[in-house]
Amino acid sequence: MDIVIYGFIQSVALLLMAFGFSLVYGVSRLPNFAHGALYVLTGFVAWAFVNRAGWPYPLAVVGALAVAGLAGLLLYQFVLKRIRGMEMSEVIASYAIGLAILEGLRWWGFRGGTHALPTVSDGVAFLFDVPVDHQRLLVVGVGAALLVGIWAYTRFSKAGLALRAIAQDERAAMMLGIDSDRTGMLAVALGSALAGLAAVVIFPLGSIVIEEGYKVLIYALAVCVVGGLGSWVGTVLASFLLGFAQYVTVAYGKPHYQMVVMLLAIVVTLVVRPSGLFGRQKSLEERV
Amino acid sequence: MSGTGPILELRNVSMHFGGIRAVENVSFQVEPGEVVGIIGPNGSGKTTLINCITGFLKPTRGKVLFHGRDITGMPAHKVAQLGITRTFQIMRPYHSLPAYKNLVVPLCSPRARRTGGWRGGGRHGDRDTVALDILEELGFERDSRVPYQAAGTLPTGYLKRLELGRCLALNPEVLICDEVFSGLSASEIASLVPLIRRINEQGLTILMIEHRLRELFQVARRVVALSYGEKITEGPPEEVTAHPKVREAYLGSEEEGC
Amino acid sequence: MNAQPQRRKERIDRGIKARAETIYALSSLEELAYLLGPRLLFIVGFLALPLILAPWPYWHRVALSVCVLGLVSVSFDFLANQVGLVSLGGAFFFGVGGYTAALLNTAWGLPPVLAIGLATVVGAGICAVLIAPCLPLRGIYFAIVTLMYPLLMTRIIEAADILGGTEGFRGITGFSSVWTEAYGLILGLLVGVFGLRRYLAEDAGLVIRAVKENDQSVRASGISVAGVRFKALYLAGLLGCFAGAYYVHMYRSVGISAFALDLSILPIAATVIGGGGTLVGPVIGSLILVPLSEVLRDFGSLRIVVYSLVLAGFVVFRSEGILVFATRKYQQFERWVEV
Repeated sequence: MDIVIYGFIQSVALLLMAFGFSLVYGVSRLPNFAHGALYVLTGFVAWAFVNRAGWPYPLAVVGALAVAGLAGLLLYQFVLKRIRGMEMSEVIASYAIGLAILEGLRWWGFRGGTHALPTVSDGVAFLFDVPVDHQRLLVVGVGAALLVGIWAYTRFSKAGLALRAIAQDERAAMMLGIDSDRTGMLAVALGSALAGLAAVVIFPLGSIVIEEGYKVLIYALAVCVVGGLGSWVGTVLASFLLGFAQYVTVAYGKPHYQMVVMLLAIVVTLVVRPSGLFGRQKSLEERV
Repeated sequence: MSGTGPILELRNVSMHFGGIRAVENVSFQVEPGEVVGIIGPNGSGKTTLINCITGFLKPTRGKVLFHGRDITGMPAHKVAQLGITRTFQIMRPYHSLPAYKNLVVPLCSPRARRTGGWRGGGRHGDRDTVALDILEELGFERDSRVPYQAAGTLPTGYLKRLELGRCLALNPEVLICDEVFSGLSASEIASLVPLIRRINEQGLTILMIEHRLRELFQVARRVVALSYGEKITEGPPEEVTAHPKVREAYLGSEEEGC
Repeated sequence: MNAQPQRRKERIDRGIKARAETIYALSSLEELAYLLGPRLLFIVGFLALPLILAPWPYWHRVALSVCVLGLVSVSFDFLANQVGLVSLGGAFFFGVGGYTAALLNTAWGLPPVLAIGLATVVGAGICAVLIAPCLPLRGIYFAIVTLMYPLLMTRIIEAADILGGTEGFRGITGFSSVWTEAYGLILGLLVGVFGLRRYLAEDAGLVIRAVKENDQSVRASGISVAGVRFKALYLAGLLGCFAGAYYVHMYRSVGISAFALDLSILPIAATVIGGGGTLVGPVIGSLILVPLSEVLRDFGSLRIVVYSLVLAGFVVFRSEGILVFATRKYQQFERWVEV
């Protein structure tokens, strides 16, 4: 039972980490390699709001999410917009910006170990006799809410429908008067806020460290690559596949191998089936 | 290698993409030294068929035989090695390289090294000279700047010839032309027709996909007509154009445009 | 209408190029000097570097780091701008070369020269074979997968505790003198850069460039694209592995830091700043970046911030890089003309 419950929680956590990246790539074909950095940035901003500015926790969370969204918006406006469509430039520029944010935070003095976000409650619930703390339940709750929210947003709201239209066929959507530039900005901002959301629910489980930024980027890449870059269904299914795989390696192997599993998943998927498990036919064209 | 059999044979070749049947059950033979035309309206699977022959796609079903040898699903570069080369409908020159260097690339291939390239010229001279020789034959003025210009700056007429040159450099047995006449003016086509005849007279078997029927019929003695991926008929040009299904599928709509 | 007289800048090529890019028409010694001057300056400059810096051992070391990074950058530039494979895993070549040299030296007791030579040749082979399955991938997919290779090596070495685990190897033989150390490396760099340039100008190099421009045409020409890419990968591996192997012998130890991200991102920055596609540009870029990062060493991770921002800036503003700019200025007259 342990495996089912904790594997499930791990999977939802992965989904939260990866969803922002997947959304941005799915909508705008923008690989946001600053994703992990925005994740860590939100954690530290929330921490600073609570501990330095003395804001109440919920307000600090909302503030931090707003900062993350704003950071994404600026990232798009000043960096990605100028090099839109040049895929390698997008990768290198966003990766460099992410590196600058992470190492900047490190230089600033956020060395980790001493920074932590408070949990919502320290209580422990029992599911089928397995103890699960409330924070982990919150992770699952937020994950579920996110899925439902995104589903409803892309189905019923006008902006969400525009996002979906662009994801399916950018040129056709542009001809119908959907501004690809504005949706791109919206997508990056939303994706960054989602990275932030993952950060504020997952960070309370441990402490905020810079290295998490690199880790989250790799996790997000692993989930998206295995699921198929740009496929949302694939992202969900892949996070469950990898989440359970990770939990099993931790439970029965060495925790060191957790990362090896993710990295191998990326390499093997790209070599064997570059379009991922659920990628569209289109991405197959990436192969010669 | 048998001297008597067909040089190229397609047996029930089908190519499906998911549910789309781009090519369905196409069979025909090409005899050595022939010029065969393939006609059909847009989307009738002509280019897909070429991709199946040249190894750029692996047919879902059916066989492609070259000199009686099964080459189905062989990688594209191996097919080219055997001596089947093709031009691309959307021209694919190496834009930043000078025109003549575009031909040096195929001259570096194992086949060209083995056979000496176009008419064995590469056995003696260096590759640059052979490339310039081929270009001159195709109508590039040797002493002008044209052969030395970056391929990306050349006009369409020259690019089409460059595509042909890239194939000829390999010293092929079969040349497959994917719409070499499209996008050219009447006078440019008029100068290409004798060129293609000359290439054929030098022993090459040629398979031509064309929309420009009048010009095609000046060189091709046999025509295969496709519609919706299926072969409707084949035979001499007059017979094929007279075929009711061909008129219905192709000429009826196309004639007004001509 | 504009009342001012219209003027525009006219650019005229110096007329020493005849017909094609690689054919020159030289009619005087002056023109010969004009053509060879920059190259000689570069070569003589690098050869003189250890002599000039001899009084300052610290900067002498920095100069050698410039060469090491330069080699990794040239390898990146070659793959990205000549072959069309953007690899984010420069550290993989470096690390494999380093570890191979360390193993050869410590386990078999090979002297540095042999260990470095063998590590370069064998290491490049290992890298090429390991990366070969990813060669059909393009663009972002190839970038992601190559980014993972060095990370995977680090994690496997850590988790399985092989190859010395997190400790790595120590007690590797150093060089007999400072001068052999310096000149071996500098010669390696010069041979690497100019050898690769020469190779690209040959017909075999032409095929590599053709693959980048249009791989379909290359396949239709009867040449295996995968084969060409594999060869190119091996060549790039030679440079990266040589750098890694040399570095290991310079510092007499190797650890998992040989696969560090720094070594993947700095070469990209050096290439973008120096001018991609030129092979010499990345060396110029390293010549700027390495001393800069030494000056900033006291500020810890701030130096990473600085060079990441510089990199992002160069990418975002689509700069052509220093060397490309300088070459254009050098080869053209400019003057204002009335329109």
